[in-house]
Amino acid sequence: MAALETTSPTAKATSSPNRLLRDLAGLAVILIVAAIGFLLFPNNLALLTRITAIALLVLSLDLVTGYCGIATLGHAALFGAGAYAAGIAAAHFDINDPIAMVAIGALGGAVAGLVSGAVILRGHGLAQLVLSIAVVHLFHEIANKASEWTGGSDGLSGISPDPVFGVFEFDLWGHTAYGFGIALLVIVFMLLRILVRSPFGMLCRGIKEDPIRVSAMGASVQGTLLRMYVISGAVAGIGGALNAISTQVVGLDSLSFTTSAESLVMLVLGGTGSLFGALIGTVSFMVFKDFVSAVNPFHWLTIVGALLIAVVLFAPKGLYGTAAQLLNRSRRQ
Amino acid sequence: MQTVFSVGTDALAYGMVLFVISIGLSVTMGLMRVVNLAHGAFAMIGGYIASYAAQTLGFGYAAAILIAVVGTIIIAIPVERFLYRRIYGAPELTQVLMTIGITFCVIGIANYVFGPTLKTIPLPDTLRGPVDLGFRSIAAHKLFAIACGVVVAGGLWFLIEKTPFGVKLRASVDNAAMAASLGVRTKIVYAVSFAVAVGLAAFGGIVGAELLPIEPYYALRYMVTFLVVVSVGGAGSIPGALLACLVLGGIDTTGRYLLPEYGEFFFYLAVIAIVCTFPRGLLGRKK
Repeated sequence: MAALETTSPTAKATSSPNRLLRDLAGLAVILIVAAIGFLLFPNNLALLTRITAIALLVLSLDLVTGYCGIATLGHAALFGAGAYAAGIAAAHFDINDPIAMVAIGALGGAVAGLVSGAVILRGHGLAQLVLSIAVVHLFHEIANKASEWTGGSDGLSGISPDPVFGVFEFDLWGHTAYGFGIALLVIVFMLLRILVRSPFGMLCRGIKEDPIRVSAMGASVQGTLLRMYVISGAVAGIGGALNAISTQVVGLDSLSFTTSAESLVMLVLGGTGSLFGALIGTVSFMVFKDFVSAVNPFHWLTIVGALLIAVVLFAPKGLYGTAAQLLNRSRRQ
Repeated sequence: MQTVFSVGTDALAYGMVLFVISIGLSVTMGLMRVVNLAHGAFAMIGGYIASYAAQTLGFGYAAAILIAVVGTIIIAIPVERFLYRRIYGAPELTQVLMTIGITFCVIGIANYVFGPTLKTIPLPDTLRGPVDLGFRSIAAHKLFAIACGVVVAGGLWFLIEKTPFGVKLRASVDNAAMAASLGVRTKIVYAVSFAVAVGLAAFGGIVGAELLPIEPYYALRYMVTFLVVVSVGGAGSIPGALLACLVLGGIDTTGRYLLPEYGEFFFYLAVIAIVCTFPRGLLGRKK
């Protein structure tokens, strides 16, 4: 958090070509990592696509937690809403075009963001946390109860997306799903880079630092936060839709408290308040999880727990924040 | 009539178990302002130790309770000293992450040491059968749980309102810096109340083992419930926690009896309604 205060003025001072360069560099890094993943694990593209979908969820969580300072343990509600919206559109209304499904997912996520944001933003501190937990459980119970639409605990099946642009079919190997996911991630990432730098993004950061001063300056705190929540919901919904398209099934676990808590862990591991941090946290957490739980699923929890304690104690700014800090310090010397 | 009565006693027993476990959380949260998600983990540790003492070592029920409470406190002291003390006064997010981390660790270790199966704590014969109340009979262990809740509530009220320690505790809750400058050793007050809170969690875990069965995911499954109870009641308020436990226990049990297909829907709906109306909890203090 303190890093934000120190870096935001410098970020503002840098000239715009420099910023564009950094964006392009970030873009290149994402594409290179995606290509390396593709070459290293050609038989495990399902996992990589899942990581991409979760990365969208963590990015959207970063928008509210990292940029607005809202502590929430219920963000999977938006992810799941997007997944179910896309899934229901495909399974019940025969809307099988993947791009339309993503749009519906984004819309579903945005509506869920509006609803849950309206509830969660009523509280502060502990009350806010408890409200967010209650919201995700409520969404979970609704999805469980409306089994005619959602398939309940059996999961929603019968999703068979059409080829992308009518050309690229979703194959068994998951090549198309992976490419589609990475394309979505890149587009969303670039849009979010613009968003967090916009006056609106700056206003959100200002609210995080000092809501009273912002409201004294005449800006609406609640309105701004709610708008950010809706945007975040749309991003999470895109992630959910991607997950629904690639796995062709939507389960209740996409709406669970565990998913919410895990996404928060990923965000903090990578570093809050930075889009790169969100991506780094997701990738390292998911790869690590896949590796360890293949060895022994029970040790996985112990290790995640120890990892969390270590991050809180020794690297409170997360992997990206700590690395950036070290880099800055060495540059200054 | 019969349903009303059985819903009523079940709700009361469930509410009292919730109260015994979460009152410790309420005290630590009101005092130290730590969002302690690992509280349920301590209740689980108590349950595991009691089960081990009673089943493997062959101790009686009362002895098992004592061993478990003391054992849990002994485990909790270094955790408080080395982990919790670093997050006093930190932002909520940090506290949530640290305590979730502790919870995950405890779950993993419990799974490794005791295995993933459900653990029972054998009840003594006196608590096993039904008790005749004249017009109806109810299970003895439920009556025992209710009695424990009443005793804990009364004991805590006495401790906080009537003893010198209670005075220091209240002073530290109201203004820790001022209390310290007046000679109250707040660190010791913190440590003692943390130990009491953990001991009560362990006690509640054992007494409530019939209603909330002991298994490795106990800590995660009920973590949210305990936190919700404290937030609805108002952190640091004993009557508030009692009221919240009875209200939420009543809503949850009624929902399960009458509309089981809705699961916990009404529970969380009530939570949202209450927290939105009373952001500081039912009986929480204004700041």
